[in-house]
Amino acid sequence: MLSRAVCGTSRQLAPVLGYLGSRQKHSLPDLPYDYGALEPHINAQIMQLHHSKHHAAYVNNLNVTEEKYQEALAKAQIALQPALKFNGGGHINHSIFWTNLSPNGGGEPKGELLEAIKRDFGSFDKFKEKLTAASVGVQGSGWGWLGFNKERGHLQIAACPNQDPLQGTTGLIPLLGIDVWEHAYYLQYKNVRPDYLKAIWNVINWENVTERYMACKK
Amino acid sequence: RHQQAAGRQAAWLPVLGYLGSRQKHSLPDLPYDYGALEPHINAQIMQLHHSKHHAAYVNNLNVTEEKYQEALAKGDVTAQIALQPALKFNGGGHINHSIFWTNLSPNGGGEPKGELLEAIKRDFGSFDKFKEKLTAASVGVQGSGWGWLGFNKERGHLQIAACPNQDPLQGTTGLIPLLGIDVWEHAYYLQYKNVRPDYLKAIWNVINWENV
Repeated sequence: MLSRAVCGTSRQLAPVLGYLGSRQKHSLPDLPYDYGALEPHINAQIMQLHHSKHHAAYVNNLNVTEEKYQEALAKAQIALQPALKFNGGGHINHSIFWTNLSPNGGGEPKGELLEAIKRDFGSFDKFKEKLTAASVGVQGSGWGWLGFNKERGHLQIAACPNQDPLQGTTGLIPLLGIDVWEHAYYLQYKNVRPDYLKAIWNVINWENVTERYMACKK
Repeated sequence: RHQQAAGRQAAWLPVLGYLGSRQKHSLPDLPYDYGALEPHINAQIMQLHHSKHHAAYVNNLNVTEEKYQEALAKGDVTAQIALQPALKFNGGGHINHSIFWTNLSPNGGGEPKGELLEAIKRDFGSFDKFKEKLTAASVGVQGSGWGWLGFNKERGHLQIAACPNQDPLQGTTGLIPLLGIDVWEHAYYLQYKNVRPDYLKAIWNVINWENV
């Protein structure tokens, strides 16, 4: 679920806006921690640019695109699809990402999620290897994902190109995403994406991943 | 391809040829120092870009071609097809970057002259309009990729195109590559961060029109 800015005035105007067929704009979610909180694994400069510039741009461009989409005729709607997927996907993905990380993260999950990981991948270490390999192996920009296959009732690892959102393109429910666009690591790790992957396991917020897992099992 | 000249290798060539071996690809030298394009593209970027990123494409291309040769020899079509993405990615990466280094020069910038300038005016209206179009195509790449000025041999005119990831221009569109602009984040991020348009503004100062 995307976070929507709650604003007193807009609620009062909502009936009028509703009449005009308007919608609430998307907004940049706050980072749940300071920019420097994930150091030394992901440095503050990266977090600040990543959140306040990259994610912010997806939000702004998504709003612009949705505006145009609302006004569009059938022909233009299809022409706008790439912009919607790119910016919408970018907003969705990063909104999940910030919650997947925490300064108190790292270690291993517990309980049901750990059991599911062992059942579907053999062991936590094997799962870690697979998701790392999928993320390192993305050719170009994209994301590695741990997702939940609702149909089959099992966990699955997947990789998506660019900002293609996991659920929208594969049907898998996103639990944990790893951004492997170069902007996510280059300032600190340069071309050595594997080092970034090694580091990020230290800040994975297993509580959040577990929450997402429990929610989609319902 | 860059061929290493070596007396001993030449003596072995008939034997290697008999074994169906091929010359490996190698990383071409940069025609200038890593710092030569400053302040437009800084030395740290050039060094990582050439000695790490391009080098990795070369190494992985050689490995992939080795595997492809084996699959071909066995007639294993499935394996050949499975290797195609790696070939396109690393082969494209090698082709693209090899062109790119020659498209740039510390003595670059300004405008082309003569026939190329005339063709640009004919096909885009003016040099400035061409510059705008190629800039827009490059800035507009969503994700990793390249902006290109290419030549359409069939129609006999210049064309601007954008390709994703390391997809090579000629192999995927048939256009002959003249000038490429790398817009993978590794090409500019250390210096320009998220502001890709600033990198585009700067790169026009180092375009090697003689090479184009």
